[in-house]
Amino acid sequence: MRKAIESSGICKKFGVTQALKDISFSVNESEIFGLIGPDGAGKTTLFRIIATLYLPDEGEMRVLGLDCRNEYKKLRSMIGYMPGRFSLYQDLSVEENLNFYATVFGTTVRENYDLISDIYSHIEPFRKRLAGKLSGGMKQKLALSCALIHKPELLILDEPTTGVDAVSRTEFWGMLKKLKQYNITILVSTPYMDEAMRCDRVALIQGGKILSTDEPQMIKNGFSRKLYSAKASEKYKLITALRQYPGTLSAYPFGDSVHITFVNDILDESVFEHLRKHGISNATITATEAGIEDRFLELMEK
Amino acid sequence: MKDTVISVRNLVKKFGSFTANDNLSFEVSQGEIFGFLGANGAGKTTTIRILSGLSGPTSGEVIVAGIDASKEPEKIKNQIGYMCQKFSLYEDLTASENIMLYGGIYGLAKSRIRERTKELLKRLDFQDSGNRLISELPLGLKQKLAFSVAILHSPKIVFLDEPTGGVDPVTRRQFWEMIYETAAHGITVFVTTHYMDEAEYCDRISIMSEGRIVALDTPANLKEQYGAGSVEEVFVKIARPPNPPEGGLNPNHFIADVI
Repeated sequence: MRKAIESSGICKKFGVTQALKDISFSVNESEIFGLIGPDGAGKTTLFRIIATLYLPDEGEMRVLGLDCRNEYKKLRSMIGYMPGRFSLYQDLSVEENLNFYATVFGTTVRENYDLISDIYSHIEPFRKRLAGKLSGGMKQKLALSCALIHKPELLILDEPTTGVDAVSRTEFWGMLKKLKQYNITILVSTPYMDEAMRCDRVALIQGGKILSTDEPQMIKNGFSRKLYSAKASEKYKLITALRQYPGTLSAYPFGDSVHITFVNDILDESVFEHLRKHGISNATITATEAGIEDRFLELMEK
Repeated sequence: MKDTVISVRNLVKKFGSFTANDNLSFEVSQGEIFGFLGANGAGKTTTIRILSGLSGPTSGEVIVAGIDASKEPEKIKNQIGYMCQKFSLYEDLTASENIMLYGGIYGLAKSRIRERTKELLKRLDFQDSGNRLISELPLGLKQKLAFSVAILHSPKIVFLDEPTGGVDPVTRRQFWEMIYETAAHGITVFVTTHYMDEAEYCDRISIMSEGRIVALDTPANLKEQYGAGSVEEVFVKIARPPNPPEGGLNPNHFIADVI
């Protein structure tokens, strides 16, 4: 099976900042591959190398079987790239933007309308509106339509869901799922760990390094300890008290609870005694399944 | 029973014929972490502007830290802190200069500012006595500093607009611990965010849709009520009207960029 992306030993420096360190991974054809990591992890730099906008200092990058260094001209017509910042022409209308992108790639909106109809239909009623006057969710749909209009084999989406509300985000992921039927490979980045579960495979990235690459479920399974979830009405007191308990390995806030691991992986009754001594009598502690974020935290601490 | 620090009764805010806030009523207690959620354009920013004394209500009663927002909006500003993701600190000033600047604006005595600066820099582990420019700091540290500056003057309420967006998971945890600590000291924390996992950290959350509050309860109760596994599921179920208008223009979907 041909790989959509094959990266080995990619390094990139800006001045003294090492943005990417020895990045090696591969993306299968027609999968949704997520690059998950916080701001400053190197996601955008990596995407720009894949999109042939930067050259790496070291390493090999092959995209759709082509070398990013020497075959970029051919490659550029085969990829659709949606940058993180809204980069369409704000003073052109919705439909003018779409026509412009189609023309640049030597095609027409009509020719590939099928591919974008699901997405574009949401904004078509506003086709005469200037792109700059659209809401966040609509800008995102227009940008996606423009990135798709030349029917690319690889779609690169840099943080498409940042700053978008949860309803629009759910719709957006639904659209990406539907695109799979056209055998388009989708490479998408996000700083939000919970979005990892919507990808076929993900790479966790932090400080310019890939921490782990796998199916999201496998990444979760990689959590090496037994994880427990503690709840009490006074959270700050609970965290502080749990940290002072001698059997605690780690304790950190997680949503409406505190996630804890114990030195010997066993929930001992003495923890409740300890908490009562610290004035917490209503605590509950139950075993819980580790999420992507728990695993990410564990990998970061290594 | 804890004191009420925000009390909103029948708040209405209109812009021309458009109703941005449609008869809102809610209360927030002292030391509570209150999540204020809603889709883009639901009317959240309008409410926050009113709560912070930047804009007056069209009708209804809004009392913030004991002050009537219609009568003395200027007075509210001394009682609150504000931090947002995009801008909170001056990038071309150093960390200590920012603390001094905000301390001065809030009218703290010079000796108090010096004391607080030292305290803060130590707490946040600044290795270089705060002499680096803000623009050179990593995002996570910037966010923690911005939060600390927002509560420098010990306000009654601090407003946080998507405080941990894009921050790495370790720093994010530290940030939420700072929020818990602040709340435990009696400062009310009012958070808006698009990220529903952040909502799970709150004591109570409200969800706005088309200018109205459509849900208000603890995350646990809301999940139970809507038979959902996460706040995100609850949100997707109720935060937007079931049939988005086809063809017709709905100003709600555009207003976010205007206000």
